[in-house]
Amino acid sequence: MSHRMFPKEEYILKGHAACPGCGATLLLRHVLKALGPNTYLVIPACCTSVIAGPHPRSAFKVPVLHIAFAASAAAASGMIEALDKLGKPANVVVWAGDGGTVDIGIQALSGAAERGHNIIYICYDNEAYMNTGIQKSGSTPYKAWTTTTPTGNVSFKKDVPSIMVSHRVPYVATINPAYPNDIYEKLRKAQGIKDGLKYIHAFSPCPPGWRYDSSLTVKIARLAVETGMWVLYEVDHGKFRLTGPSKNLLDKDKRKPVKEYLKLQGRFAHLRDEDIEEIQRLVDAQWESIAKLLKEQE
Amino acid sequence: MSGSAVKLLARPTVGAVSAGSWRTERPVVDMSKCKLCGVCWLYCPDGVIEIDDEKKMLKIDYDYCKGCGICAQECPFKAISMVREG
Amino acid sequence: MKTVAGKERLLLTGNYAAAYAARDADVDVVSAYPITPQTTVIEKIADFIASGELNAKFVRVESEHSAMAALIGASSVGARTFTATSAQGLLYMYEVVWWASGARLPIVMGLVTRALGPPWSIWSEHADFYTMRDSGWNLFFASNAQEVYDLLLISYGVSENQEVVLPSCVGWDAFEVSHTYEPVSVLGREEASRFLPPKGSFKPSLSSEEPGSLGNLAYPPEYLDIKHTMRQASDKVLGVFREAAVRYAKLTGRDYSGMYECYRCEDADTIIVGMGSIMGEAYRAVDNLRDEGMKVGALKLWVYRPFPYEELYKAVQNVDTIVTVSRSSVFGSMSPIGLDFASLIASRGLDAKIADYVAGVGGMDVYAEDFVGMVKDAHKNTGRNVWWVR
Repeated sequence: MSHRMFPKEEYILKGHAACPGCGATLLLRHVLKALGPNTYLVIPACCTSVIAGPHPRSAFKVPVLHIAFAASAAAASGMIEALDKLGKPANVVVWAGDGGTVDIGIQALSGAAERGHNIIYICYDNEAYMNTGIQKSGSTPYKAWTTTTPTGNVSFKKDVPSIMVSHRVPYVATINPAYPNDIYEKLRKAQGIKDGLKYIHAFSPCPPGWRYDSSLTVKIARLAVETGMWVLYEVDHGKFRLTGPSKNLLDKDKRKPVKEYLKLQGRFAHLRDEDIEEIQRLVDAQWESIAKLLKEQE
Repeated sequence: MSGSAVKLLARPTVGAVSAGSWRTERPVVDMSKCKLCGVCWLYCPDGVIEIDDEKKMLKIDYDYCKGCGICAQECPFKAISMVREG
Repeated sequence: MKTVAGKERLLLTGNYAAAYAARDADVDVVSAYPITPQTTVIEKIADFIASGELNAKFVRVESEHSAMAALIGASSVGARTFTATSAQGLLYMYEVVWWASGARLPIVMGLVTRALGPPWSIWSEHADFYTMRDSGWNLFFASNAQEVYDLLLISYGVSENQEVVLPSCVGWDAFEVSHTYEPVSVLGREEASRFLPPKGSFKPSLSSEEPGSLGNLAYPPEYLDIKHTMRQASDKVLGVFREAAVRYAKLTGRDYSGMYECYRCEDADTIIVGMGSIMGEAYRAVDNLRDEGMKVGALKLWVYRPFPYEELYKAVQNVDTIVTVSRSSVFGSMSPIGLDFASLIASRGLDAKIADYVAGVGGMDVYAEDFVGMVKDAHKNTGRNVWWVR
């Protein structure tokens, strides 16, 4: 029974300001359950800046530092060093959107990764600048509608987890709100690794931004994995490993067609059959690279 | 926090916003179908679902439920239906 | 760990004096990015850490914006912090400079003032310093290496005061002060700790024991309330500075409690007002003009923000002409010091005329002859902004 398997304590309080069906808040709820109350959140400008509630009411039962858009990884770097100097060990966790990570925040993230601070950096990726009204970010997927790409995005999603692997950080992982066990295992593992920055990229469905009924958040998250569009994996001290249901999806026949994921979302409603086929080919190619990587690792 | 700077701190508060007033539909649980499996509890982004194993009751805090419908969608036993607010 | 040296008299550059101040303040976290001519500040601090004289964390960030952000993170959990920068670095950091004061964090920064590009320059100008005018930071200006050391230590005493809790910045001139060796009396950590607030006396903004959230979205009434409280704290700064400076004077014999130094001002009908190392030449000009029979004095500001209206009123109340000299490329209005003194005169209903000059642009040397020229020009033409070109 789920409610008995997972920690009961809620660190996000009822009455927060997230949209109904917000994937990000569902993710954060489980992240905080995994990490516990001795966790400092560093939150740059993003949806969660507002979800946190209007002053003087905070929806979070952990200490939170709100910080300027580009600066979250730097603020967290200073914070963890201070806590270490002051003899107050704690989790320091950046909770940032994709905009604040892959675009404006990437410099600070790169610096923090290179310096190897003992922080957990979590990017909740709703694939656009949602807080400002659904504009394209460097993480917006190919062909997705946004307000600044009304005919569909022409560029490809920036692969920040790979960028983090190149920085040789000790732990990189992806998580998804449809798979809370996977979230727990990975966050607990990240918490236990002290020799550098832990980077977690989270799949964060957004009802108003992706144009779907709010009840479908978990279903869409699940389909993202089942179609192979979102890969659950971790890179632990350089070793790549698929996790959760992704483990079984190397075989193309086991993957659901990407159309099942795309057709549920209004942001892909303008896709023609050849667009969907193109996306299918790209996903299949990505899985072939994964298969190749796994083989080379053996 | 020192001195008047304490003004800057927001404190943990249930009901930071009156989220319950947002919804247009509310989840209604048919306890005859509910197996207290906890999947709805697991996937609620707002944490408004409470499960009492002793009383065999599922309690939804309608003060803060936004009516997103994830619980109804995910329930393996189709025990939850979304009912239009009157 | 090497034993920390006690009181010493050393030959130091302005930049090294800053590093000694950070050492004697026993800072917890330093975060900085190199920029000429600040680099020797952070190099010296790195040496202190390597030798064990300073037990601090040094976050070698990848930009100035990150340097200030790192200190915001560190200060919010209770660490004593320090950074230094110049010109472009300050401007790159600018967004989070305002974040630091808005967040009410007692961060201390050294600013080696340098002209802004384009064109590229590494020489002294105060334009960067003036960009912080309205930010809520306490702003002090040093004109020699000793003043750099002293004002930085006093900054911790002001910033960490419970009534204030606002960050402080000390400015000093590129090369003329930053890289010029002068005799400096340093206190050493033990003596300095007799002046400074005790470490740990400052309750951190954030702690997991008492969770709170710093910086939530605020609707207009709450935003106003927060800023109003900040304004009230800013209004306390001068009193706290004075009291801290008096205590510092007891310990060192060097007294900054007047907020400025006035050279031969007592019976002056004309006063030259400025900041920084060029004032040394202003003092020589005063002597020259006095030899000619003119009643001239020179006022060197140490405290720039909050602007010490009451203290300055005492200096200028009986003066006919105020020659304001700002070392800053400014456009569109009077120079910063000119504007400040114009506001002093207007608000107190004084009769004095202001002759406003900009000198030392891009690191141009300013000599006693230049100040003499300005005074003589002021007595002929007053009330306009003049760029002084020799």
